[in-house]
Amino acid sequence: MLSIDFRQIGIVAGKEFWDRIRNRWVLAVAVVFTVFALVIAYFGAAQQGAVGFRSIDVTIASLVSLVIYLIPLIALILGFDAIVGERERGSLDLLLTLPITRKELILGKYAGLAGALAFSTIAGFGAVGLILSPQLNLNALFHYAGFMGSAILLGFAFLSIAVMLSVFAADRTRASGLAIGTWFFFVLVFDLLLLGALVVTAGDYGGAIFPYLLLANPADVFRVLNVFSLDEVRTLYGLATVFPEALSNPATLGGVMLAWIVGPLAVAIWRFER
Amino acid sequence: MASNIVEARGATKDFGTVQAVKGVDLSIAAGELFGLIGHNGAGKSTLFKMMLGLIPITSGEILLDGEKVNGPRFRETRRKIGYLPENVVLYDNLTGIETLYFFADLKAVPRKDCPALLEKVGLSHAASRRVREYSKGMRQRLGFAQALLGTPRLLFLDEPTTGLDPGAIRDFYRILRELRDEGVTMVLTSHILAEIQERVDRLAIMEGGLIRATGTVQDLREGMNLPLTLEIAGGAGLAEQVARVLQGIAIESIEEAGSILHIRLPREAKMPALARLATLGDTMRDLHVREPSLEDVFFGYRN
Repeated sequence: MLSIDFRQIGIVAGKEFWDRIRNRWVLAVAVVFTVFALVIAYFGAAQQGAVGFRSIDVTIASLVSLVIYLIPLIALILGFDAIVGERERGSLDLLLTLPITRKELILGKYAGLAGALAFSTIAGFGAVGLILSPQLNLNALFHYAGFMGSAILLGFAFLSIAVMLSVFAADRTRASGLAIGTWFFFVLVFDLLLLGALVVTAGDYGGAIFPYLLLANPADVFRVLNVFSLDEVRTLYGLATVFPEALSNPATLGGVMLAWIVGPLAVAIWRFER
Repeated sequence: MASNIVEARGATKDFGTVQAVKGVDLSIAAGELFGLIGHNGAGKSTLFKMMLGLIPITSGEILLDGEKVNGPRFRETRRKIGYLPENVVLYDNLTGIETLYFFADLKAVPRKDCPALLEKVGLSHAASRRVREYSKGMRQRLGFAQALLGTPRLLFLDEPTTGLDPGAIRDFYRILRELRDEGVTMVLTSHILAEIQERVDRLAIMEGGLIRATGTVQDLREGMNLPLTLEIAGGAGLAEQVARVLQGIAIESIEEAGSILHIRLPREAKMPALARLATLGDTMRDLHVREPSLEDVFFGYRN
């Protein structure tokens, strides 16, 4: 077992991060977040015949729906190339003859990309937070910060999955296919399957484990994490009744999210080291 | 310290049922310029990757400066190595100097050493241009500068002159000679046999996953006992006179091409033949002894 040299991780991470700054990836994603969030904040209630900022809880609930679609997609696109891209271009062999271990290389790639993603998220949603701040009290700001923090964790989880796919995939084309497939599965299909199963069994089976199945999807963990921190939304969704108390604890949910970050990355390292 | 900087013993690599490298023994002494030749699929790339620790060895072992490349002294061993991959791929979005900085950081080499390396490979003028704008030859030179970071004791160069023009190839070998004078060991592969035969100290011929022969170019020629060719230029009646004086010497063939006579004869017949030809005097205007080329040797070992 070789020791980990954090300096080597830092060097790779620094390159990945600055690459994303320089090619304006970070800027582009931040602008997308800002624009979408502002549109949602001001026109989110247009269907109810009103425009303009309403309450932070309703805004966050709308943003949660946006983020669930957007962030996993962005994270998967950001990460799918990490290892397979170097391999396909031919630069991986050169990197691996240097005094860096495979573990350090993956961790460095991950850290750099995660940094870029976090930076975009903070800049994009932070800008909206600043714009909205005159209308927010301390409690609302706290909720908004919680939303941003969990959005970052959601990105980290899908980035971790993306890096894992990048290690397993034979080429970039397959890696991108796997990434898109992963997005479809977790963001579009997973909830439908759960709901379908629940309806088919008329709730006779699995009613008790249903909430726990949500933990098998980082996007759902993110949803639950945010929805449960908002009293107004909680009653709006009517979820309080079906959800076990143990799972409404933010620490538990945060722990599950952490597992979704560490798990795929650990598998990626294991596979890459073979 | 081991006197052999590269030591392979029974190094074997299986890919499923295919044995790509079949128990190779190879010793390369410190300070040698060593060539590895073989056609595609002979196993030289696989052996190269095994030496560099890029693919695990199925059985046997390879030691670099007495250490396994992926062993406990992993980082130390790798800091001694420079590697130039075939058709080196670098990062298009970085400039030349940034590329070197990145690799220098990973090798724990001070960044201030980088400009001198760019100078050495003749890329100073393009230091702040993006690699995207580099020609193939410039990329190859930048890759070479990268391999030289941290004054490695052992350089692995895979088809290093691909994409270089003749002038650049000459410069490249000049740098290799300088490095050898500094005591650097170099292992290089090439498919341009004529190019490396004048330039390596020793070479190994690989075929079918095995090393068929190892030695100096001269050793290999003598080992194969391939015929030499004498090329003689002269005036009218040359052919008849040559045939007369060489009577009794085992000659394989005489061919006349224009005004030049090509005489193929076994190596041991060379000196007696030259002694007799010297008696021809003015009839013979010029004489040239042509050794079998590395190509001849190479194909000799293959067949």
